[in-house]
Amino acid sequence: MKTVYKKPESMTSATTIYCPGCHHGIAHRLVAEVIDELGIADRTIGIAPVGCAALAYDYFNVDFSEAAHGRAPAVATGLKLTQPDKIVFTYQGDGDLASIGAAEILHLANRGFNITTIFINNAIYGMTGGQMAPTSLEGQKTATTPFGRDLKIHGNPMKVSEILTQTAGAAYIARGAVYDPKHVMETKKMVKKAFQNQMDGKGFSMVEILSTCPTNWGLSPLDAVEWLKDNMEPFYPLGVKKDIDQDQ
Amino acid sequence: MGEKFLMKGNEALGEAAIIAGCEAYFGYPITPQNELTAYMSKRMLEEGRVFVQSESELAAVNMVFGAAGAGKRTMTSSSSPGVSLKQEGISYLAGARLPAVIVNVMRGGPGLGNISPAQGDYYQATRGGGNGDYRLIVFAPNSVQEMADDVIDAFYLADKYRMPSMVMADGMLGQMMEPVVFKEPKGNKGLPPKDWALTGAKGRPRNIVRSLMLGGTGLYEHNEVLRKIYAEVEANEIRYEELETADADVTLVAYGSASRACIGAVRHLRAAGKKVGLIRPRLVWPYPYKVLEKQAEKSKKFLVVEMNLGQMLDDVRIGVAGKAPVEFYGYAGGWIPTVKEVVDRVNQMF
Repeated sequence: MKTVYKKPESMTSATTIYCPGCHHGIAHRLVAEVIDELGIADRTIGIAPVGCAALAYDYFNVDFSEAAHGRAPAVATGLKLTQPDKIVFTYQGDGDLASIGAAEILHLANRGFNITTIFINNAIYGMTGGQMAPTSLEGQKTATTPFGRDLKIHGNPMKVSEILTQTAGAAYIARGAVYDPKHVMETKKMVKKAFQNQMDGKGFSMVEILSTCPTNWGLSPLDAVEWLKDNMEPFYPLGVKKDIDQDQ
Repeated sequence: MGEKFLMKGNEALGEAAIIAGCEAYFGYPITPQNELTAYMSKRMLEEGRVFVQSESELAAVNMVFGAAGAGKRTMTSSSSPGVSLKQEGISYLAGARLPAVIVNVMRGGPGLGNISPAQGDYYQATRGGGNGDYRLIVFAPNSVQEMADDVIDAFYLADKYRMPSMVMADGMLGQMMEPVVFKEPKGNKGLPPKDWALTGAKGRPRNIVRSLMLGGTGLYEHNEVLRKIYAEVEANEIRYEELETADADVTLVAYGSASRACIGAVRHLRAAGKKVGLIRPRLVWPYPYKVLEKQAEKSKKFLVVEMNLGQMLDDVRIGVAGKAPVEFYGYAGGWIPTVKEVVDRVNQMF
């Protein structure tokens, strides 16, 4: 009998807490597959955020650290600089990375330390019950924008990937999505590149993954995918935003 | 080792950390501890170790969290407002049971305050400035020599009990120059192995560093572990000095810079035939309550001298437990007691 599909070695058998239709599970799997394929599970250290992925260490079968809200890039810095031969990655949501941890991610990218970041952008705070995130779109209704995000009142949605391309230390910045097989495959290539860059000592690499949050968006899993395509993708265009290998 | 150096307190803190095997230092500029960060920016690179000037105090203490999670000896330093910012990370270090050393070269507060020496962060250091039930082992040096000694011991005790420790100095100690002889560190003798460290799960089950314990009785049990560790520290690590306490009618209690004036005052008053002594806690957590309790059986009065509005005063009252009157002498915002001021104040008590 031929095995055509199985759980990556770098994932545990734990049942995740993620809601039906949430894209965290797919993103986790892509990271785990890449860790397996690169053969780095025994020297990889992950850092979990505060948010829905706070329990990521229950799902990845590698060494893991927690971090205070937004501080994963700082924790990663301490782990990586003291152990340059290890592969260190942060896994952060948009509230964690773009709001409370904006300073930490900006300075990590600018220093260009050899660290990989997986950035899950679902345009909302998931764990705390659907509040506005820095990435929430204009007009988007959330628990703290009940009349929709008004740019005059709430400010503008933040394009973190585009901002980070301006840092000299960023080697690779890309934005993907995982709502269909084609995009899953493309995003996996991005994730692999972001880890390979760290192995090759090229500097900071980040993959932003546009994700759904059906529960807090108030949509079915399928409708959430359509909402992402219709609303998030036009504002947050997919693709490689910076690649020092291509830009040279 | 054994050689005598004339050094600023802030620089002695740095050299002692290097001798103690500090492999990663993370700091952010703030007066009056800047010489320490500058010293480490040079010496750590010379030693091939890690130095980062972080983007904030929050980042610095969380970089410490990462380096400590890797099982390395690591340190951050700041002065009062900066140490306030570090409280988040200190609570996480305590919760995740990570050893690390935090240095506070205290200045005047509250808020931005000023850059004069002060002891206004005693509550924050000994009561836990961050959230949750936790303790720090807190050293209170009163000389450049003790600052150096304490950093070396702070690393050792942090590793011994798997908890963060703090060296609590003040702007006067940080800025002044005195002779210092660096002692030989104990190394790793008697320390538990760091088999919990995040080094890559090669040939072993994965390790997880965390303070989050959702669900079930995990957090309850974790707090019971902390309670047991803190009780061990209280049983094993009480450190204090006594000066002329055996027959003292008045017992002074002071730490850090304020204790230097008190030492002078005791000598001056003894020369004048007054029976005055001093109890000087070398660690302010764990606190020598029993020493004070015993002293209260023979001493008629106590006087606490601090460069604040009366913070350790609470601990002295706990120790004395109503057996003798406890008076207070202190001001905040840049006041440094002189020998004469303390002598005059004690004379009012006779």
